[in-house]
Amino acid sequence: MFVSCDHGGPSATSDFKGFTLLMPAVSVGNVGQLAIDLVISTLDMTKVGYFYTDCLVPMVGNNPYATAEENSVELSINAEVYSLPSKKLVVLQIRSPFIKNKYRLFCQTLLSWVKSSKCSRVVLLSSSHAYQRDDEQLLGTPLRYLLTPDLEKAVGGLMQELNWKEMEKVAAYPGINDTEKVLHIPGGGITKRLFTESCSKGIQMAVLLKFCSEGDNIPDAFALVNYLNEWLQLIKIEVNTSSQWKIPSSWRLLFGNGLPPALF
Amino acid sequence: MATFFGEVVVAPSRAGVDDEESAEEGCEETPEDRDIRRELEKKREVDVRWTLKSGMRTESSADELFVCSKFILAIGHNAAAFLSSFILDSVCWEVVGAVKLWNEWCRTSSTTNVLPTDSFCLFYRLISDPTVWLCQCSCYVAEDQQFQWLEKVFGCMRKEGLQVTILSTCPVADYKTQESTLTLPSPFLKALKTKEFKEEVCCPLLEQPNIVRDLPAA
Repeated sequence: MFVSCDHGGPSATSDFKGFTLLMPAVSVGNVGQLAIDLVISTLDMTKVGYFYTDCLVPMVGNNPYATAEENSVELSINAEVYSLPSKKLVVLQIRSPFIKNKYRLFCQTLLSWVKSSKCSRVVLLSSSHAYQRDDEQLLGTPLRYLLTPDLEKAVGGLMQELNWKEMEKVAAYPGINDTEKVLHIPGGGITKRLFTESCSKGIQMAVLLKFCSEGDNIPDAFALVNYLNEWLQLIKIEVNTSSQWKIPSSWRLLFGNGLPPALF
Repeated sequence: MATFFGEVVVAPSRAGVDDEESAEEGCEETPEDRDIRRELEKKREVDVRWTLKSGMRTESSADELFVCSKFILAIGHNAAAFLSSFILDSVCWEVVGAVKLWNEWCRTSSTTNVLPTDSFCLFYRLISDPTVWLCQCSCYVAEDQQFQWLEKVFGCMRKEGLQVTILSTCPVADYKTQESTLTLPSPFLKALKTKEFKEEVCCPLLEQPNIVRDLPAA
């Protein structure tokens, strides 16, 4: 699945031993993907490869993080991997939706790649439908986290210190039986599947998600990436950390073209 | 979902269709589900058939890869029509293969003597230089068939020394630009190229944030 950019060279670019894999779930508002765009763009990460997969809708365009004429002509496709060895960070960006019936296959292939590339942990950025919140969730922070048991042992204490809120479980049969609780992440795409599979495979995974709705999700992306930063400290936390994140050039024209002058 | 005037929304949510909920709700497939799924998959299989010089129809064997130096693919009705009008003729070009497929949008025609309004996917070879190939693909290849199409067609070709050119069209309304598309002189050409393509491109490159999707992207 993973194809390194370094054809024939030493596979330094595909050995991510001890790295943290940061990736998005394709979820409501595409918040995870937008947040990942901010990370890649701000940290000026280098592309080290891509996923050759039939699970995602194909797409191609020119470099979405282009800053000048010279670097704007590199092709970019639907699933690419970027790395920043100085922070032991490897990032997967997913740019198109899943093809029907391929979620399971993608999750399996992804997790086996995580194991074979020896990443130490996975951080999944996601989101969930805001309209599905219960009364208590409507108050307070819209950000939540989840940790697999293996990661809980390592960083559970840190989450307490940061005063983070764990994603609540909901009743499996609401109204009938309130004792059996299950994890429910509506609008989260493959989040729940990846999380439960990681739990059973002993992979250290953290899920960071935000409750949101479809619309202008740029502020949601900023909120999520700042949340992530509280933990991983990818950039220095300042009074106004939001302004530290660099918006990529591909975010231009998210809401349409210019207006025709004839309209006025 | 919130959208702007002129955006054609394909899915109810930008995050994709939410039926992954039912797919992942813990329960594995029943044997009946599996059978139904397999039947559907068989129906949606992409079938590539090559016609040899002698006119015999046969599958290409795994060992014989076609040697191809230039492969021009025209995807969509407009691009296919361009090739029909300006390039193809029965004197210089011969039909060497066809793709048969079915999806909710189209079923390919079963003959090679097609009308411009048919849905078809045919391969031609230049008689004077059999390493130059053309493909006219006016049928819509669905999302789940695109990868299969790609693997089955290119799987039969030698990749060394192969130059691929893809011709396709998109509505001007989909083009993202600072000005309004009403004032743009259309039609206009844009290109994408891999870094291995060293020749000069005859038109400007496609600017961000525009993208290409479906079969041309695959």
